[in-house]
Amino acid sequence: MPLTEQIGGATISGLAYVGNLTRLTAGAARAAFIDPFRGREIRWTRSMHQALHVGVMAIPVVSLISFFVGLILALQAAYELRRLGALHLVAGTVALSMTRELGPLMTAVVVIGRSGSAFAAEIGTMKVNEEIDALETMALEPVHFLVAPKLVAMLVMMPCLTTWSDLTGVLGGGLFGVMSAGFSWHTYLQATIDAMVRRDIFIGLVKSIIFAIVITAVGCQEGFTTGLGSEEVGKSTTAAVVKSIFLVILMDLVFTSIFYLTAPR
Amino acid sequence: MAGQLISKNEPAGERGAPAISVCDLRVKYGEREILHGISFDAPAGQTVVILGGSGSGKSTLLRTLVGLEHPSGGSIWIRGKDFAAMKESERDELRKRMGMSFQGGALFGSMTVAENVALPLREHTQLDESTIDIMVRMKLNQVGLSGFENYMPAQLSGGMKKRAAIARALAMDPEVLFFDEPSAGLDPVIAAGIDDLILKLKQAFQMTMLVVTHELASAFLIADRMILLIKGDIVADGTPEELRQSTQPRVRQFLDRISEKEVTGEIDYLQMLTGEIPPERQ
Repeated sequence: MPLTEQIGGATISGLAYVGNLTRLTAGAARAAFIDPFRGREIRWTRSMHQALHVGVMAIPVVSLISFFVGLILALQAAYELRRLGALHLVAGTVALSMTRELGPLMTAVVVIGRSGSAFAAEIGTMKVNEEIDALETMALEPVHFLVAPKLVAMLVMMPCLTTWSDLTGVLGGGLFGVMSAGFSWHTYLQATIDAMVRRDIFIGLVKSIIFAIVITAVGCQEGFTTGLGSEEVGKSTTAAVVKSIFLVILMDLVFTSIFYLTAPR
Repeated sequence: MAGQLISKNEPAGERGAPAISVCDLRVKYGEREILHGISFDAPAGQTVVILGGSGSGKSTLLRTLVGLEHPSGGSIWIRGKDFAAMKESERDELRKRMGMSFQGGALFGSMTVAENVALPLREHTQLDESTIDIMVRMKLNQVGLSGFENYMPAQLSGGMKKRAAIARALAMDPEVLFFDEPSAGLDPVIAAGIDDLILKLKQAFQMTMLVVTHELASAFLIADRMILLIKGDIVADGTPEELRQSTQPRVRQFLDRISEKEVTGEIDYLQMLTGEIPPERQ
């Protein structure tokens, strides 16, 4: 097959995939935010259950990873800043990197590993066991029943986890600041607050919401397109993780570019 | 609520009038046609067994009748309306009056047996929890699963899973019940128990049932009417006795279990599924 045909084919299938993700997200958003006004209740119990799994149970691993990432950031920044005699800028560097970039990104990576894969495996197994068909024959819409509660849980928990990740990352950087850069905890936190503006936190939270949508859509879409046979569930789970990471980083680039271009000068 | 699935405006309503009428139904998977324009009536209050071997299109037919596959042509008349051409909301309304028992049960693994049976009641009715609880116990009692309310599906045997699935299908007091291979994968004793249950339900509720199976003994036991499907075409349609007496070679081959030439390659397999000779072979 000629190269141009391959590129064309890949582009079309990529666009079709994004189209499917958009349609799934739109269906879930309608079920979650519009249908309740038409007298069709969202499944709150399932949403709470999902929020517990997606958010609360992810706190230990998000805390640990963010703390280490904050510490690593401080060490790497200090390596260069020390040569310039600007070690006091460590606090601001860690704070800005965490809130604008690494807080949302590391949280997304953890949530993809824990929940994006679980969404694909859960829905994929239900597909293989004909449970999705059973829902349809009972006049229950799978998107309303399965995807909408996950979307609500993710939209609530991702910003919460990201904020928590920002905090623990700052604490990780603070450990270095206090141990090796002559800060006290009080001065480190004061330097952190001084270095940040509200927009930095806003950017991180907007990214976390975008990532929440991407992870939910990809995980559920991969589940719904699972083929027949149990090994297909494994393939869907892997595909959900790989595609989610790729799309999260792509969306990160897009939104970072938008925020860069619209930044006040 | 069990009864005939016929519009209240229609004069018909007695046992024997068609509950479902299928006309020239065609279903395609991609370019391959699986059902080649089949037509039949399922009379109200009767058990229609759709017989056929692997790849005959019988499961596709059942999936199309419950709206899981979209036909490429033809119509399915239920309550005086074409089910295949309905809007999704209308189709959902009709689906609430149908029950489907899947081959593997398709019980929700994260819910108990009682929660599985209660699900359609919780979603589609305004009944309070105590009434739902009573109805769930009643349905489980009907299928012989009293006392198993709090079991998870994974804790049940194959036959019990099928019974629980039938209880869930009965939850909304359907007018038509569909069964996909009710005795597949079960030992003969358990399979006979499922056959007895289907007969009991027929006697008790007089509901219309469509059963897809390849188990001959079970089919002859439960059927009022039998349809033999081979390679996407109906080759016989009649009472069990008429089929038994049939001299048609393809009916005899199926009923007398005469083996066919083995499928040796992809083209043979596609031909078996569709009944078409691929162009590259012509």
